[in-house]
Amino acid sequence: MSGIPHDHYEPASGGEKWLHRRLPIVGLLYDTIMIPTPKNLNWMWIWGIVLTFTLVLQIVTGIVLVMHYTPHADMAFASVEHIMRNVNGGHMLRYIHMNGASLFFVAVYAHIARGLYYGSYKEPREITWIIGILIYILMMATAFMGYVLPWGQMSFWGATVITGLFGAIPFVGDSLLVWLQGGPAVGNATLQRFFSLHYLMPFIILGLSMVHIWAFHTTGNNNPTGVEVRRTSKAEAEKDTVPFWPYFVMKDLFALGIIFIVFLAIVGFMPNYLGHPDNYIEADPLVTPAHIVPEWYFLPFYAILRAFDDSVWIVQFAGFITGGIIDAKFFGVLAMFGSIIVVALVPWLDTSNVRSGRYRPMFKWWFALFCVDFFVLMWAGAMPAEGIYPTIALIGATYWFAFFLVILPLLGVFEKPAPQPATIEEDFKEHLAPSGGTKIAETPAE
Amino acid sequence: MFRTFAIAAATALSVAGSGAFAAGGAGEVTDYDFSFEGPFGTYDQAQLQRGLQVYTQVCASCHGLEHVPIRTLSSETGPGMPMDQVRAYAADLMVIDPAANPDIVDPDTGDVQELKPVNHFPANESQGAPDLSLMAKARAGFSGPYGTGLNQLFKGMGGAEYIASLLMGYTGEDKLEAGALLYENKVMDGGWINMAPPLYEGAVEYQDGTPATEEQMAKDVAAFLMWTAEPKMMERKQAGFTGVLFLTVLTVLLYLTNKRIWAPIKARAKSDES
Repeated sequence: MSGIPHDHYEPASGGEKWLHRRLPIVGLLYDTIMIPTPKNLNWMWIWGIVLTFTLVLQIVTGIVLVMHYTPHADMAFASVEHIMRNVNGGHMLRYIHMNGASLFFVAVYAHIARGLYYGSYKEPREITWIIGILIYILMMATAFMGYVLPWGQMSFWGATVITGLFGAIPFVGDSLLVWLQGGPAVGNATLQRFFSLHYLMPFIILGLSMVHIWAFHTTGNNNPTGVEVRRTSKAEAEKDTVPFWPYFVMKDLFALGIIFIVFLAIVGFMPNYLGHPDNYIEADPLVTPAHIVPEWYFLPFYAILRAFDDSVWIVQFAGFITGGIIDAKFFGVLAMFGSIIVVALVPWLDTSNVRSGRYRPMFKWWFALFCVDFFVLMWAGAMPAEGIYPTIALIGATYWFAFFLVILPLLGVFEKPAPQPATIEEDFKEHLAPSGGTKIAETPAE
Repeated sequence: MFRTFAIAAATALSVAGSGAFAAGGAGEVTDYDFSFEGPFGTYDQAQLQRGLQVYTQVCASCHGLEHVPIRTLSSETGPGMPMDQVRAYAADLMVIDPAANPDIVDPDTGDVQELKPVNHFPANESQGAPDLSLMAKARAGFSGPYGTGLNQLFKGMGGAEYIASLLMGYTGEDKLEAGALLYENKVMDGGWINMAPPLYEGAVEYQDGTPATEEQMAKDVAAFLMWTAEPKMMERKQAGFTGVLFLTVLTVLLYLTNKRIWAPIKARAKSDES
């Protein structure tokens, strides 16, 4: 499948030849699992497997939970309690599924950060990147709808706030809002459609994940140097790569083991730490919680949404030139969706022809600042929108857009890249072979 | 670079987490000690039984426990009452608000059936008081030190601390507002609560002879409500402990396997170099 020369499956026995002529499925699996993989991949290349495993975990626990859950506004909350109290192992299933969402986002943010730092989005991997962002958007939709299903106070009011965003769209907003909610307000119709979609979307994610894997198996993996595998001959390619099985399967399983130790400790000992206490109060349309806060993984974008209020000049300017069509609320919505769209467009916004951040002395610092910005926004999103917090959120949101729209395009022009190794083999010898160098610290613990 | 990234991530998570919870528990919550705190904490059966007694004799006149099946009182990881005691308890339990419990009211005669262990504790909406089944998870206790949430990381979300503190938090002041008598309470969000101070010295006579001080009752009923909110806590911690233990063994084996299969690849790279 990949453009890297390697051995292919050869059917040996008569039975294998019979099957292979009709359906080359064994060959497909063989090529997938034996794909030549750059041997210098570091520990940031484990998140793909973590994500795959988490997706399967969420689908399996989710299917079992659905056997006991009732998607109805009058019964949903009690049915979750039924799962927690009466279903055998139900409390573990539910807590795993609930915290599994957090694990999913920890892994996806690390995975995206890896891609940004090492330039995994650059030519020829743009399609892999775009599909990845599509998966991320679907993940957010799935997680949001899943959070509504227990029908607690945060479920209900979170759904009200988020569907309300679509109501801010000029002209069509009100009709769109009613169409999304299935009525004039969030209610039973909303719960039932969210349940249906929450069950459907993971399977779309599963399909897209396969396309994602297909795409990067076609181009070959990126690696920490960003230098391509040599492909002129099989012998040369073999100096740069090892087969995925068993070398990276074992490495990934080891990493997965460590991550799941932490995950199980959270599920077993502090399962509600990442949740919100208000969601253990049944939804009540008449009582608004004091602070409506989304789950931690939405906080950076929630901060961007709230950052642009009437007092910001660019909001006033946008309102002025559009004759008031773009008001502060709609501007916030555009900023929030825009903040993800700029990530999707990064293959074309980054003008540098050096792939890996390791050889980009200026990019390194701007990227580190971008990571800090992500956590600052997360923190600002958790705080009430008063006092100093909106200002912090505004600064954070500005840097977010500046990083993608100004800094990345300019760096390609102004930055003087450091020398890159000629081959992956050279990098492997320097960094990863025993006593081959002092830079083992480049491959940190998980 | 990514090591700093990971540390930053962990720190930010705990800060963002605690930020979200700061909203859950207002006021001055006292850090009472409970037996179920921490990864190895367990429920104290005697305390749960005392708490049940406080709930039944004091709280139940206004508050329901609609999500809790009565039979679970016999749970070994909960109050652990013998089944005949549970039956007797169920039969004695008063249904104060039949309208809120339609499934135990005979539709023809309007009579309330005698409760059995299979039934849930009755709901009670007679005074508009909130149901207490999940109260200990619907409130957060304290998010210190310095709002980092570290307390919650190790001791749990602190719902039981919140409940005990609320019960102990009355200042003795009251005021009449919009026809309702409100009582000042240091823990309640906003400082005033509808509920009259429910506990006083000797409000119940404990069967196990524990002196029924106000604080004792507050802590006991808070522990009981933690159990009603999280009846499978001990099973959960055990599953977590077993899972962590077995995964650790597996991970060590995977580490050794990984190291071993990579050794020749790394050795070859090294020998090429020399």
